[in-house]
This record gives sequence, structure tokens and C-alpha cells, in this order.
Amino acid sequence: MGIVSPGFTGRRRGGTELPPGQYLTRDFPVLSAGPTPHVLPEHWEFTVTSETGEVYRWDWAALMALPAEEITKDIHCVTRWSKLETTWKGVSLDTLLADVETGADYVMAHSYGGYTTNVPMDDLLDGQSWIAYEYDGEPLDPEHGGPARLLVPHLYFWKSAKWVRGLVLSDTEDLGFWETAGYHEYGDPWKEQRYAGD
Amino acid sequence: MWQVATVTGVRRETETARTIELEVPDWPGHVAGQHLDVRLTAPDGYRASRSYSIASAWTASHSSTIELTVEQVPRGEVSPYLVDVLNVGDPLEIRGPVGGWFVWKPEQDGPVQLIGGGSGVVPLRAMLRAHASAGSTTPFRLLYSVRRPESVIYVSDLKELASSDDVDVRLVYTRDAPAGEPRVGRIDADVISEHAFKPGDGATTYVCGPTPFVETVADLLVAAGHDPARVRTERFGPTGGP
Amino acid sequence: MSETNYLDGNAAAGSLSELFAVDLTSAIAQCNGCGRTSVFAEAHVFVDAPGMVARCPGCDSVLLRVVTRPNDTYLDLRGLTYLRVPNS
Repeated sequence: MGIVSPGFTGRRRGGTELPPGQYLTRDFPVLSAGPTPHVLPEHWEFTVTSETGEVYRWDWAALMALPAEEITKDIHCVTRWSKLETTWKGVSLDTLLADVETGADYVMAHSYGGYTTNVPMDDLLDGQSWIAYEYDGEPLDPEHGGPARLLVPHLYFWKSAKWVRGLVLSDTEDLGFWETAGYHEYGDPWKEQRYAGD
Repeated sequence: MWQVATVTGVRRETETARTIELEVPDWPGHVAGQHLDVRLTAPDGYRASRSYSIASAWTASHSSTIELTVEQVPRGEVSPYLVDVLNVGDPLEIRGPVGGWFVWKPEQDGPVQLIGGGSGVVPLRAMLRAHASAGSTTPFRLLYSVRRPESVIYVSDLKELASSDDVDVRLVYTRDAPAGEPRVGRIDADVISEHAFKPGDGATTYVCGPTPFVETVADLLVAAGHDPARVRTERFGPTGGP
Repeated sequence: MSETNYLDGNAAAGSLSELFAVDLTSAIAQCNGCGRTSVFAEAHVFVDAPGMVARCPGCDSVLLRVVTRPNDTYLDLRGLTYLRVPNS
């Protein structure tokens, strides 16, 4: 169906180091499904709600007081761009969840502005995810999710919720904003799990 | 509902904008102000699509011909192809016409105020062409905000249209004005009160441009007492990632 | 700081034309979040995302989402109380 547009190549496709169907970008595209929340660090709060309803809270000072890590990872957006060796600073979810009593298998990330995305607990632990508040040596810009975003770089980037304000832990899997509209519930870029059923 | 059009002509409007004439075999006709989607496909199947306003009025004598005017978006993906790569004779996949809100029909009541920012003038030009080809005597006014004289698209067209008694064309320069034009600056409350129809004139106002332009102008109109229900807006912007 | 990272309902006309026989951009839409009614063309539409999201110009609630997949399309209208379309 359709035609090939003579002379159109689109954005340059990547090499073998990229997941299937991805192309390389040097920019940092801004994708938004809504207005950009402007949350000042002094008004920022992050909560973890366990499956029993217990709520754990961190304000900005508490987050800053936790040991931070420098992170260098490739990121892959489901809209087909990938960016290599992005550098971040943030607090590992291993650190934040260390004292949370839970046996939950599923997590829903919630953001300022109402965005949600679901991630299995196993994908947040063991050095796989962070609450990131610096990008490329600078405080994280609001358009990229600042003051702080979830960073889960081994999954498609819609899982790395911008403007994150909390995690809700659960024994059952619920679906988030894009996952309820046809996107894959897990989103592994190397298996090209873009859409539900892939 | 995608169909294949053929490029039958191209015309440079400015350094960064080009008008593309298309022949569309099954074109159903369109109303001034409507737009269409363009879809490009690379040899490996990669696709990108964007919306563009139709720049021409539909006429029965050229029923399968339409024009698009495309302004190149810096680092864009689709617009550089349309402005610099696409040639006469090439196929182009389109879907449309679409949109039934930001349109003007000759049988519509009341004067018409058009306010365009940059390439936001494109659907307004289609309305002006429709006005001319219908022989309408409805009073039309165009306020067209451009950076500098070289950024004006449809220069000769606008001169011709402005010679009609029913059409008033006013250009507003935001960076550099031509000799003899003292004012440089954006459209503000003074420009609106001086050059636009008054709230009591019963005009319908069409505002098209980049989102910040449209928000500013729509706010100015409402602040000047215009009925929001008679202000129709269409926003565009660089979209689709890097 | 004003937000200008959106377009408007006109930008959704092409995608919606694949799904509906009538033009929805000139329909009157009621937001299920705040009850505001407006022409769908005036909705704030975000296209730089994995799918298209239309939001209420009054309260920013999601009115409609469209995700176009290779072989089918997801349409979520949960945020709309109603769409009022003129009879042809």
C-alpha cells in the first residue's frame, strides 16, 4: 500500500548498536502529552505507597541527602529515536526502596500533571532505575521532566516518567497512560515491544 | 483514504517557503481554510506525516488542482523535503481535505477579519482567493505579521488582492520594516484597534499562526471586546520531534 | 511562563477523518472533567507524543486520545461527556 517518496530518506537510521527500528539522534527531542508542570524543588514531594497503604515520603532536601550516582546510558524512544551515552545524576530506586516493606510485583509511577506508567518491580531494582535530577551536568530542565524524573533506560523511554511524584506498589498489574491506549505493557526496545501484542 | 497526487508545479515564495501545485485525480473539492495531511515514505518503509493548509481556493474550472505553501522548519523532517527535494512530476501522498471549523464560505454572513502570523497566512490566502473567485463583496481585512519584507509570501498576489475595494491588506513587521514604514513591532492592542474590525461590526475573525502568536492575538481580541465565539483560531508549530 | 507546546483540534482532523464520516473538529465537545463546552477545534492538541492527545482548553483534562498502530487505531473518548455534531 502507498508509494515511496522519491528522494526521501527520513532521519538517518542507526547501526547495529541500536535496537531494531530505531534511528540515532544527537538532539534531545521533547515529547509531551500535556502541559509542562513547573514544580519548584521546595514544593516537590515524592511518595512510595506500599500494597498495604503505607506511605513513605521524601521532600527535596531528603532526596538530596541520599547517596547519588552518575549514570551513563543509551535511551530509546518508542517514536523511533535513540540517543547514546546520555549522562544523568540521581538516586537509585534500590536506595529509595531499601526500607520500604513490600512484596509487591508491580509498580505504577505517577507524575505531576497526571501521567502514569506501569513497570514491574523487578525492573526497578538491582541498579536498573533511578530518580534522576540532573542531565548532562545540569539540573533537569522542566521540559525534560525536572525537577526529577524516573529513569528506566532499559525500557522504551515512555516508562521513564517525567515529573515523577510517586510510586504505587501493587500485587496486581494495572496499565498506565499509554499502556491503556495500545502501547506494550512492558516495552523492551531490543524485542521491539512497541504495541500491545508485539 | 490516502491518495497519490502528482506535483505539477513549484514556486519559490521566499528563501524558506515554497508553493507546490498538485494534481489530485479524485479531489472532491474543498472549502477555503481546510487543510490536508502529507505522508512521506522512505524506501525501507519509514514514514512521517504532517498537516498543511491548502493555499488555493477550489474552482470548478480547475477542480483537481490544489496548492500548498510550505515553510521550512529548521531541522524539520518533512518540510525540508517539500521545500528543497520534491520535484515536478513526483508523486505525493495526501489525505484530505479535512477540517470544517477554520473555514470561510462565500454565503457566510458578516465581514471577515483575517490575522496571520508568518506562514499562518496560508489558509487566509485561500479565503482571500475564494472571496475573489466568488466575486464576493463581503468586506475582508487582512492583518499579516511578518519578520521583514523578504519574509512576505504571496507578494504579488497580495498586491493584486489589495487593489480590490472590498479587501484591505495591512502588513505588520516585527524585525525590519521597509523604507517608509516607521513601525516595527508585534501586533498589539493599538494595531488591533486601528486596523481590525470593531467588536460591533459583526465580523468573524480568523487567526492563524504559531501557537504563541495565536494565543496573544486571541487574548488581545477578547480584551478589546470581541465575542470569543466569533474568533476562530488555528495553531501550528514545529512538530514531530527533532 | 505560558505553555505553547500544543496545537489545536484542527490538527486532529486528519486522524479523526479515518474514524468518523463527519468532521469532528466543528463538533461541540463537553469536558467530562470540568463540564466546559467548546468547539473541538479549540481543544489543545499534543502531537509530539507516542499518540495524539486532545485536552480541555479550560482544565487540561484529557478529552480524547488517538494511537495509530500499524494495523489498527486506539481511540479513547473517556474524557468527553458528549460530542454534539450538526446534522447534515
